[in-house]
Amino acid sequence: MKELLETILSPAFGYAILRVTTPILFAGLGAAVTELAGVINIGMEGIMLTAALAGVIVGALCESAAAGLAAAVAAGVLMALVMAYFSLNLKTDIILAGIALNLMASGGTVFLLYVVAHDKGVSSSLASPVLPQVRIPVIDQIPVLGEILSNHNVMVYVALLSVLVVSYFLYRTPYGLRLRAVGENPDAADSVGISVHQVQYVALIISGILGGFGGAHLSMGYVSWFARDMTAGRGFIGIAAQALGGQTPIGTLLASLFFGMTDALSNFMHFIGIPSEFVQMLPYLATVVALALYARRQVTRRARLARVNRPVEAGTGAAAEGD
Amino acid sequence: MNALLEMKRITKVYPNGVVANQSVDFSVARGEIHALVGENGAGKTTLMKVLFGLERADEGEVFYKGEKVDITSPSVAISHGIGMVHQHFMLVPSLTVAENVVLGLEPRRGISLDVKAAVRRTEELAEEYSLPVDAAARVEDIPVGMRQKVEILKALLRGAELLVLDEPTAVLTPQETVELFAALRNLRERGHTIIFISHKLREVKEISDRVTVMRNGRVVGVVRTAEATEADISRMMVGREVVFRVEKPPATPGRPVMRVEDLRLVTDAGKEVLKGVSFVVRRGEILGVAGVEGNGQTELVEILTGLRPPSGGRVLVDGEDVTGADPGTIRRCGVSHIPEDRMTYGAAAEATIRENLIADRCWSKRFNPRVLMSLKVVAEHGDALVREYDIRARSSATPVKMLSGGNIQKVVVARELSADPKVIVANQPNRGIDVGATEFIHRKLIEKRSSGVGVLLVSADLNEVMSLSDRLLVLYGGEVVALFPDASEVTEEELGLYMLGVKRMTPEEMAGAEAASAGGRADPSDAEARSPAVGGGAR
Repeated sequence: MKELLETILSPAFGYAILRVTTPILFAGLGAAVTELAGVINIGMEGIMLTAALAGVIVGALCESAAAGLAAAVAAGVLMALVMAYFSLNLKTDIILAGIALNLMASGGTVFLLYVVAHDKGVSSSLASPVLPQVRIPVIDQIPVLGEILSNHNVMVYVALLSVLVVSYFLYRTPYGLRLRAVGENPDAADSVGISVHQVQYVALIISGILGGFGGAHLSMGYVSWFARDMTAGRGFIGIAAQALGGQTPIGTLLASLFFGMTDALSNFMHFIGIPSEFVQMLPYLATVVALALYARRQVTRRARLARVNRPVEAGTGAAAEGD
Repeated sequence: MNALLEMKRITKVYPNGVVANQSVDFSVARGEIHALVGENGAGKTTLMKVLFGLERADEGEVFYKGEKVDITSPSVAISHGIGMVHQHFMLVPSLTVAENVVLGLEPRRGISLDVKAAVRRTEELAEEYSLPVDAAARVEDIPVGMRQKVEILKALLRGAELLVLDEPTAVLTPQETVELFAALRNLRERGHTIIFISHKLREVKEISDRVTVMRNGRVVGVVRTAEATEADISRMMVGREVVFRVEKPPATPGRPVMRVEDLRLVTDAGKEVLKGVSFVVRRGEILGVAGVEGNGQTELVEILTGLRPPSGGRVLVDGEDVTGADPGTIRRCGVSHIPEDRMTYGAAAEATIRENLIADRCWSKRFNPRVLMSLKVVAEHGDALVREYDIRARSSATPVKMLSGGNIQKVVVARELSADPKVIVANQPNRGIDVGATEFIHRKLIEKRSSGVGVLLVSADLNEVMSLSDRLLVLYGGEVVALFPDASEVTEEELGLYMLGVKRMTPEEMAGAEAASAGGRADPSDAEARSPAVGGGAR
């Protein structure tokens, strides 16, 4: 027990939490934006996975981490556009489109990996670059805080910055207002001339960019190679995080930190004899709980919309009224 | 007269063949409050949908400010200066009042939304038109009356000179209605023109300058409000059509089979929809419930059939208390239900006729002789009912969605009437179906009533309710305002006055009517059913 406490209280543990939280946070922010626009992005897992591979391959070919990052973001946006085209233009159920995207990414990345690196498991034969680590000038000198906050790869800071940027976008810009209106009552948005279609496209593209960042962090920062299915459910955990966080960027950050902590804990647990498999289960268990909360919220939201806009329950009569 | 809007020879036929507007001429003068009245289905809403670009007219022209305009979408209507406040609000609950008002026209500061400017703009507009709102409050937290003001402000911000309000008072308390009317008069003084859709004649009389009355898709008259009485307008709305009387043998009512006591319903929004409704349905009679739609009929039927629990009061079926019971339990007590919306509550569109016909009895031993369902018995049962109820289909294996409205209704009626009910609750049984099917269903209902079943017939169609009913009550504003012991002695005009709230009976008059209908028939079983203790014991 003493060992566990020592571990948890060590700066290294705090450092690990931030590192593992980052991909969840990117996925969560992306999912929050789409969810607020009324199109839940179930394909986040596939977006991150594809982006992770694209970053490794292009990074290795160009021998440039920046090129790798750009490729990861481009791949993320491309996947999001595929999702948008299927769900918004062709009117496929977005859940099914997302599942298809995830399965395609899972198989497709292995195929591409084999073509490029002649390996079906990991990309270690490719000399892929990693994103730079950042030493934060002043904070670096502070004893514990510096150890926790400094010397991460650049995506960790991009993620934290994204919380602020996404917050500003959603709650301080006209487009953010429209996006939230579209998600909550598309009829209202439509009635004042806002294109619901366009807003939802933009939301999915934003989630593609964030997912691209998340993928790049995984294969070019967290580790320096791509491994099959390396996202390991982080896209879904991100979706759960935004649900648990009530779709706000700050809430998503807190929920992501919670999931990140359970994840980091599992890496330390086996020291004290608790099977790490048990602790590794926790993020997923928490996900199930969060998704249940999410379902509840959907119900209350629909009820609220009906209550506010249809004060007299005109019942079936109004619907059938053809006059 | 300086006409702001002229709609000429507007004809609209819906794909299902319903003629909603037939060569309608409608003209509104600049700066007036013009009431558009008519019963449900008269074509008011369709006409306004054409004006606002939500429906395309098949024929006719629209002139606005003297010029011919082609309004293809709501955005086009808005750009011309036509605004509409729908009966169902178009608001985003979690956003503030100001955010809702400026949505789509947001003031900016750099790349940011200028929240202060939005609030200021909203407050200025609210001040200018005396429509006080709390600009910083979230829409979900403000009362209904204020939400409506937000909708009006939205239209005004977009430059609406002509405002269409679709039954704006339906959602308001009396106090809020007073405020709304003050605001509308103020708008008129500022040169705005208002089209006010309603079927509440008292309000029409109070607020409007002129009235256009529609009936059956046509305009039947335009009058200056000051020159017409409520009764005049009511007569125009209801019309003097010849009542199509159904041949029926005299009723021989027996003991009460359904008893409704002091039924109350308050919605989540706090609106009283039913305010203590009581009545009795006897064996072997058809009790008609007349009333303009939206006066509590839908909710009453939902409570009686178990689709919604009441806030207070009791429902007894054959002495058994079924208040708030689920639909299955109520059905097992002998209540059949012909719902007003057959595609939602009446039939499963994708399922076949024979499957729909066993929906309420698929568990019975008859269809499940051993382990599995006997498709042969299901088919025989379906074929027999298809023949008996003259359902026009290739076979009973045809999916219901392939049928016409009248035949779908016959499927529902066949199932409900063949369930061996003690009482049938029929809500708008002839809505949207052809004359032949209507007549057939009426005949079947009378047959059932003559064999001793109690029928509660809810209908906004005067012809239907007057020709079928033995006794008749009128529902207005969630209350029983009239009770006629003999439906054949009521004239349409008289009924219209009660339906529109112009007249109402005193409780004593109604008690007298009740006594008259029960006179000389006070058999002991009636007294028995009155006692809940006995009813409870019978369970």
